[in-house]
Amino acid sequence: MATDTVIDCGGIGKRYRRSWALRDCHLAVPAGHVVALVGPNGAGKTTLLSLAAGLTLPSEGAMTVLGDQLPGSPRALDRIGFVAQNAALYPGLPVRDLLAIGRHLNRRWDDARARDHLDGLGIPLERKYGRLSGGQQAQVSLALALAKRPELLLLDEPLAALDPLARHDFMSALLTAVAEDGLSVVFSSHAVNELEQSCDYLVVLAGGRVQVSGEVDDLLADHRMLTGPTAEADAVAERLPVVRDRRAGAQSHLLVRTGGVDAPVSGGWRQQRIGLEELVLAYLREPAASALPGPRGAVRPNQKVLS
Amino acid sequence: MELDKSADRPSPIEFRLDPASGVPTYLQLVQQVEQALRMGWLAEGDRLPRVREVVAGLAINPNTVLKAYRELEHRGLAAGRRGQGTFVRGMPAGVVPLRERAALRRGLLDWMRSARAAGLDEGGMVAVFEDALRDLREGRDGVVA
Repeated sequence: MATDTVIDCGGIGKRYRRSWALRDCHLAVPAGHVVALVGPNGAGKTTLLSLAAGLTLPSEGAMTVLGDQLPGSPRALDRIGFVAQNAALYPGLPVRDLLAIGRHLNRRWDDARARDHLDGLGIPLERKYGRLSGGQQAQVSLALALAKRPELLLLDEPLAALDPLARHDFMSALLTAVAEDGLSVVFSSHAVNELEQSCDYLVVLAGGRVQVSGEVDDLLADHRMLTGPTAEADAVAERLPVVRDRRAGAQSHLLVRTGGVDAPVSGGWRQQRIGLEELVLAYLREPAASALPGPRGAVRPNQKVLS
Repeated sequence: MELDKSADRPSPIEFRLDPASGVPTYLQLVQQVEQALRMGWLAEGDRLPRVREVVAGLAINPNTVLKAYRELEHRGLAAGRRGQGTFVRGMPAGVVPLRERAALRRGLLDWMRSARAAGLDEGGMVAVFEDALRDLREGRDGVVA
């Protein structure tokens, strides 16, 4: 696959009536990753996925997918799978008929693969979709999306309605497909505590803009939690970009970006690496802080307080 | 085609994850292989679980498994064979043969029994052990009164 980016947009915007769902959105997601798309409700996650799937058009700017393809173009449609939130398929149709519809509506279709997937989970093809459990319904929509053998699979909140076991089984099936086919995946999720296992690339959206974008390993290496005396906190904050700043009378916790090395602080400070969940929560709480590739990625302590 | 029986046998170990440990996932896999080598559950020539199997079983990113196997190769403990999988190649430092290991363990159990008889609880034993280990590490093992 010569495609180097799966989603690429510079300054894209999408307006619904008078409010902007996405604005000045810059993003370049490289191929070969499992990308988690995170952000509060209304941050623009569904809009971004719909734009990439070609279900809606941008109000300003342009997006390309899988290299230089326009979303919604026949070539892009052939190569992209999309599972909408709640994956609403026809509840009155048996799974077998849903497979038949997929087979007739797609130019690329691997029926055996979908059947193997559903057989392996013991999902009966005669059963009506509406009579399956939530976990089984999710697996059916995943099987349909994967039967296209997509190069890019987009999923909007695939885990939201699933119990813990069904979530595990769903991610297992999804990531096994990644291991076998090497497809790229972008999925939105609120299950922040489960992302560290599954995703290797993180995009955080806030207020219609990209707040954080990067490989998980790089992001985790780039941040340190510093705990030390409040009396010295100002001095530290002057030298290092602070993401989140929590100060009590004597002790302070500063989440800083260090560029992948330990922070140059005095012995009175303890520094720790943090996990993905803590990192994501810190950025969600500080919508004005950002971690982006290139010169746009620089945050300064004084920028953080302005929003 | 060359026949290699070890390539078809299932791996002797299966990974598990402890999400609360705070240890990165790939490192947990690396540590479990090292532990299995120390315990004798894995021997040279054994196949490590296939990437696909680990991904399906644990629902983790395939790149995480690949990263763990690369790290094991880097540490000289495993080697990939094209199209067949990843196999154990060596032993981590500080591994002794099973028989010798069992003898050492018996000696430690004897010590623990006498420690308990002397009134030491488990926490106390750990404290004495760690203290002695520190002395050993710092070369002060000869001067214990």
